[in-house]
Amino acid sequence: MRLPVLFAILTTLSASALAADVSVAVAANFTAPMKRIAAGFEQATGHRARLSFGSTGKLYAQIRNGAPFEVLLAADAETPKKLVEAGFAVAGTRFTYAIGQLALWSADATRIDAEGAVLREGDFRRLALADPKLAPYGRAARETLDALGLAERLDGRLVTAESIGQSYQFVASGNAELGFVALSQIWRDGQFLGGSAWRVPNGLHEILRQDLVVLARGEHHQAARALTAYLRSDEAREVIRSFGYEVAN
Amino acid sequence: MPELKIGPEDWLAIGLTARLAAVTLVVLFVIGTPLAWWLARSRSAAASVVSALVAVPLVLPPTVLGFYLLVLLGPQGPVGRLTESIGLGTLPFTFAGLVVASTLFSLPFVVQPLQSSFAALGERMLEAAATLRAGPLDTFLHVVVPLCRPGFLSAAVLGFAHTVGEFGVVLMMGGNIPGETQVLSIAIYNRVEAFEYDHAHLLAGGLLVFSFVSLLALQWFNRGRAPAGISGADA
Repeated sequence: MRLPVLFAILTTLSASALAADVSVAVAANFTAPMKRIAAGFEQATGHRARLSFGSTGKLYAQIRNGAPFEVLLAADAETPKKLVEAGFAVAGTRFTYAIGQLALWSADATRIDAEGAVLREGDFRRLALADPKLAPYGRAARETLDALGLAERLDGRLVTAESIGQSYQFVASGNAELGFVALSQIWRDGQFLGGSAWRVPNGLHEILRQDLVVLARGEHHQAARALTAYLRSDEAREVIRSFGYEVAN
Repeated sequence: MPELKIGPEDWLAIGLTARLAAVTLVVLFVIGTPLAWWLARSRSAAASVVSALVAVPLVLPPTVLGFYLLVLLGPQGPVGRLTESIGLGTLPFTFAGLVVASTLFSLPFVVQPLQSSFAALGERMLEAAATLRAGPLDTFLHVVVPLCRPGFLSAAVLGFAHTVGEFGVVLMMGGNIPGETQVLSIAIYNRVEAFEYDHAHLLAGGLLVFSFVSLLALQWFNRGRAPAGISGADA
């Protein structure tokens, strides 16, 4: 019976007296939502999250070479798994904090219809997508084209971007009429930010699970645990959704 | 959308960048000056090998150089194990690590202008100084430095500006840590990734103006004087 009281006292204590910094490596695609989540986290717990952004591949190389991070928010599920297997992350701390949504996007407000039929009609010169070998969204885009049976037909018209950010720039600058981007790039608070888009159904490609994991140097770090708990909270999930991601149940 | 202005986060990055470029420039001159002198004077095979090595960063993609430095200087790398065993810790993700990386990366921009101005100097001036009983240091400070001023100036501007503009190496080696390794170019990258394009444009525009003005000033300054040579009117 006393336990909840004790717990409440402990959490209050941890929020004031034991407030600490936690260094978080964040996949670049999650930059905007994470900045907002970090502000909410600081208010709710008193801990401060110091954010470092980079591509998941770079962050992986850095962590393996001694980077001072306590938590990793990856853009995929494999990287956290590999880090646990190699002993750089703590087993049992992995979970899916967000599910990425793929979108076909054009800067032109009339070009894309609600069903994405424009892909079949083929009335465009350039279709941008991120490199399937480098970026999970690129792979999902490729899988979508395969699932629609369009991969071969569109082959000469595909432009490959180094990342999903570059794919966005190709389309935003009008150099590609269409492109596969992350919904999070073009979606805010329940609506598209501009242009026209088709939200690609999750059934057309493998689900874009983004997992986090507590890293070895965060194992006994209280603020690291507090942050992973906060990322499961309703407030955090609300923010994540407002930026165009889904959350796991 | 909040009012668009340079905030404390940005000033942190700008200050860090200026500090990095200044410290790096000092290290570059300390290493680069004797190195350039040797390269300009020596005809040995070793000199051509070293000369090629110094120029490698001009060709190598920055992220590649950054990756090798990360591995080499990290806890599992040979250099990292050495620095750890003598109590220095490892260099990646620290300011000192950025200085090392930037020095390597900007070395050709300092060595090459110095080397060509040393080479243009010729022997006669040095021999004349020697007959007047000037010691090597005396000769260097009072003959070489004044004659090679355009070379030193080019080296300083290029070395400084190139360090300010560097991105790939510092992102890989530095780890994008606010206040420690998050320099201006990386702050721009963060703004872009956060979809804060206006803010990114503001910072990028500032960087562009800075680079252009420093290069333009260099042009004006160097145009105003004769090239360093043994028979120049200003000699």
